[in-house]
Amino acid sequence: MSVLIFVENWDGKFKKLSFELVSYGAKLAEMYATEAIALTIGNVESSELVRLGKYGAGRIIQAVNPGITSFDSQNFTSVIAGFALQENAGVVVLSNNNTGKAIAPRLSVKLKAGLGAGVSKLPATISPFVIYKKVFSGNAYANFIIKTDIKVLTLAQNSFELIENDRNAVISQVQVDWNSAGVKTKVNEVQKQDGKILLTDADVVISGGRGMKSPDNWGPILEFAELLGAATACSRPVSDEGWRPHEEHTGQTGKIIAPNLYFAIGISGATQHLAGVSSSKYIVAINTDKDAPIFSAAQYGIIGDASKVLPKLVEAVREIKGK
Amino acid sequence: MKILVCISHVPDTTTKVKFIDDFKKLDSTGIQWVINPWDELSLTRALELKDDAANGVTSVSVIHVGPAATEPTIRKALAIGADDAVRVNADPKDAYYVAAQLANAIKGDAYDLILCGIESSDYNGSTVGGMLAEFLGYPSVSSVSGVKLENGQVVVIREIDGGKEIISAETPLVAVVQKGIAREPRIAAMRGIMMARTKPLKVVEPVEVDALTELVAFEMPKPRAACKFVDPENPKQLIELLQNEAKII
Ligand SMILES: Cc1cc2nc3c(=O)[nH]c(=O)nc-3n(C[C@H](O)[C@H](O)[C@H](O)COP(=O)(O)OP(=O)(O)OC[C@H]3O[C@@H](n4cnc5c(N)ncnc54)[C@H](O)[C@@H]3O)c2cc1C
Repeated sequence: MSVLIFVENWDGKFKKLSFELVSYGAKLAEMYATEAIALTIGNVESSELVRLGKYGAGRIIQAVNPGITSFDSQNFTSVIAGFALQENAGVVVLSNNNTGKAIAPRLSVKLKAGLGAGVSKLPATISPFVIYKKVFSGNAYANFIIKTDIKVLTLAQNSFELIENDRNAVISQVQVDWNSAGVKTKVNEVQKQDGKILLTDADVVISGGRGMKSPDNWGPILEFAELLGAATACSRPVSDEGWRPHEEHTGQTGKIIAPNLYFAIGISGATQHLAGVSSSKYIVAINTDKDAPIFSAAQYGIIGDASKVLPKLVEAVREIKGK
Repeated sequence: MKILVCISHVPDTTTKVKFIDDFKKLDSTGIQWVINPWDELSLTRALELKDDAANGVTSVSVIHVGPAATEPTIRKALAIGADDAVRVNADPKDAYYVAAQLANAIKGDAYDLILCGIESSDYNGSTVGGMLAEFLGYPSVSSVSGVKLENGQVVVIREIDGGKEIISAETPLVAVVQKGIAREPRIAAMRGIMMARTKPLKVVEPVEVDALTELVAFEMPKPRAACKFVDPENPKQLIELLQNEAKII
């Protein structure tokens, strides 16, 4: 038995999320007293592969085939399922990001393996296998038992700390079958925004709501974010109005994020907004209304007008950072 | 081109959920049930595609797995504009069970494009769409923020980390959709509500399928510590607290 961790790579590179997954999979493997195997698909330099070993993977498999030029959920599922069977995996771990959400459900059916989607903790026990997850968009939680021999889990991003544990992992490159004719989804074009801190990856997020009054008032938010190395976000009406791009919309119907620190500025804190941000470790709210529901979700708050408070905050950070 | 939209029936998104039977069951008293927000948007997009005659969409159907009590939600989808509906007469046990029922109910029906929401706002699984595709052996694209039809092919926009992919897909296809797919959900007009009463709603009996997961119990979120307020005239204090107390910046 083993724990198989599917680790995505972005143009041959890993990021924090990859190491969170490996840390999680390695801890899970410890619960079973077995080995954690990290699997990635596509070309990755060995200097990059080695990095996965620092977080407790005993083996690292790189699956390659010249035909693999883009993501395809059916073929990726087949490759991962193949390794799951070959390595006698008891648990397959993926990220609960776009890619993981595309593969995990297919894998669950293919392996007839119960799926625990969006877990943020290790299972309470492995026999029975009890997982804990958010339900009703964060208004409640639930424990579920996965009853099948093989389990598939997707791990919520930013929910598990990195645990360094270098095992001198053995790296192998394996040529896999890739059914090019079976690729029924063809990527015609990729549009990338380079250089921006991704909202889902960010440790600190500065978010503005309708209380910012106008798109012209975003200057201090952008400046504040820049100073803190933060990503920017917004509430739904702000993106609906076109004040900010859609990628920034957080909440139930937008992005669900879990940064260490979330600044909600001029955001009332509607249930649907909180559904996307309530897993943040710290929430700071700035709002003119002392009764705004956002203050019940926040650890720190300032009751005040954002147009007056924000410039002072920017000033304070500048001073502390000596900029 | 026939389009099918999978519909989940969920408590209104402002519901303060409560549980009964030792936290094993949702207390449905007073809950207002709605079409899952993403499914409402997929239905809207499907109807927009049908509105443009050049797309050659012949029908937009909806399907739902749920007991008879969920029929008002299905009628609502018909009132918004779906042509017909299927209800699999079963209590959803888990995502695998639902996907298996959906696959069984639609096999043999030649839907070209099946739309599912990225998640259902009750169990937040992001699972049924991909599972259904695997059961049917169809390709699937997830995180889809746009769909259009071009010369018999489906062209979708897939959100990826830090960008988008434009993908052309062969049909039949399952597209798992999210934000961006349509702007505002379409609402039912009076005429639609009248017409919905007579639109076909087929009831299919479930097949025997074992759920792969089982609920142990629900829990309420732990209350957060009270908010600490900082003087608006001295926001510097906030930065100091974040540095020295929370130690996060
Ligand atoms: C199905 C559904 C899904 C939804 N999904 C989402 C979602 O994903 N994300 C989301 O955000 N919303 C979502 N909503 C909308 C949600 O219900 C709220 O309407 C929305 O979050 C409110 O945005 P807001 O806080 O920016 O605006 P408002 O609610 O208008 O709040 C503005 C706040 O700014 C404060 N304010 C005003 N002036 C100032 C000032 N000068 N300085 C400081 N504060 C000030 C006010 O006191 C107020 O609290 C959804 C709704 C539905 C029905």
